Amino acid sequence: MNQFLPPRQRAVLTALVLFFVAGDWLGQSTQAEYGDVVINNYSDDAGMRPVVFPHWFHRIRYRCKVCHGDLGFEFKAGGNDINMLKIIDGEYCGACHNGEHAWAVENCDVCHSAKPGTPTQVHESTLQKLIAPVDRP
Amino acid sequence: MKYSRSLQLIQLGVLGALLMGVALAALSAEKKDPNKFNRLMTPISERNPPPAEDGIHDPESFGTELLQTPRASFSVLPRSPSGNYVNWTKALDDGAIEPRYHRDDADAGPVVMDLNIVREVKGSMPNVVYPHKQHTEWLDCSNCHPALFIPQKGANQISMAQILLGEACGACHGKVAFPVSECRRCHSQPKLEVSKTE
Ligand code: HEC
Ligand code: HEC
Ligand code: HEC
Repeated sequence: MNQFLPPRQRAVLTALVLFFVAGDWLGQSTQAEYGDVVINNYSDDAGMRPVVFPHWFHRIRYRCKVCHGDLGFEFKAGGNDINMLKIIDGEYCGACHNGEHAWAVENCDVCHSAKPGTPTQVHESTLQKLIAPVDRP
Repeated sequence: MKYSRSLQLIQLGVLGALLMGVALAALSAEKKDPNKFNRLMTPISERNPPPAEDGIHDPESFGTELLQTPRASFSVLPRSPSGNYVNWTKALDDGAIEPRYHRDDADAGPVVMDLNIVREVKGSMPNVVYPHKQHTEWLDCSNCHPALFIPQKGANQISMAQILLGEACGACHGKVAFPVSECRRCHSQPKLEVSKTE
């Protein structure tokens, strides 16, 4: 692979790649999907990325009642004291993410996907907007 | 020379990439225009961004790449003006989505109750019609009764202030169900009509 390109071209290509990566980063907005819940009760302290729970993805597949009735999730972001032990014992997320109903816990990164340091929140909620009403710079 | 052909190809590629870069740079320069039209409104092109660009997912996380983009999923669902920009009530009614009512039983169906509760609103806003039907499609009675609402017409004090602060209807509306900005979906009964029929 290193032999494939002469050094000058390689430098140009590298510069281009960097340019696009930087461009992507600059073009980023802070508009996560409405209803996404960030849960960061323990993750940051444990050196893991906080968790993002996408409501939209789940409500396409299950009615609210399945989690908020049958599985016991309270209507409160961060208010359920979920931890990894409970999950692998089949409680909370683990009621489905067990390799039987849905993919299992070994895919850590798919749930632990928030930017480190993101606080617990319901993204784009009215409350969040009341505190910071203008959502664009 | 053996190189020359691939070299030419690479140079062509580089040129193309540069042109694209200039176009992209122009686009991002446009974003920074201080006098941009509709400065405070999220343009349609920026709604439902992919996870890696949504501001809370870490683009460096391997998992972020695996996530489905809301835009792809919502492309087949009926739209609404805010929130997810999806009309979830309609999506369900039309059969565009078929969310399960039970984790294991794909055939289990909800116990739908068709009971409207009209709440007369002081002032000029139209009255609020609370429909049990659309709610019991998604939710169980015990999700609301008795913790959020005593099941008796008029027994609960509800105000817009509470809703905005995330209480009463605001436990869901403004968080996951359609946002409070869609006033008319709740304030749906014109007052004139009421006084005429009464
Ligand atoms: C999304 C929340 C929600 C759900 C779910 C819900 N209700 Fe209600 N219910 C309400 C509200 C709000 C009222 C009106 C209370 C008021 O006017 O103060 C109400 C009122 C009632 C009343 C009183 C009616 C009257 O005329 O006094 C009954 C009975 C009732 N609900 C039964 C049920 C049953 C049975 C279910 C399940 C099939 C159910 N509710 C599901 C929110 C809900
Ligand atoms: C999720 C449903 C819902 C939405 C959305 C909604 N309202 Fe309300 N609103 C209510 C309820 C319920 C009440 C209480 C009615 C009563 O007095 O029983 C209320 C009451 C009010 C009142 C009477 C005063 C008060 O504070 O209680 C005003 C004014 C009002 N709403 C304005 C608005 C406006 C403006 C919007 C849109 C920005 C809006 N509402 C959106 C449900 C809603
Ligand atoms: C437990 C959660 C919850 C509570 C509490 C709740 N809602 Fe809803 N509501 C929903 C969901 C979920 C939907 C489905 C549509 C959506 O998600 O946008 C819905 C739909 C509706 C609709 C149907 C709109 C349509 O297009 O037909 C109305 C009207 C409404 N809610 C008014 C109210 C009012 C008024 C209250 C308070 C008295 C209330 N809701 C309390 C969850 C809730």
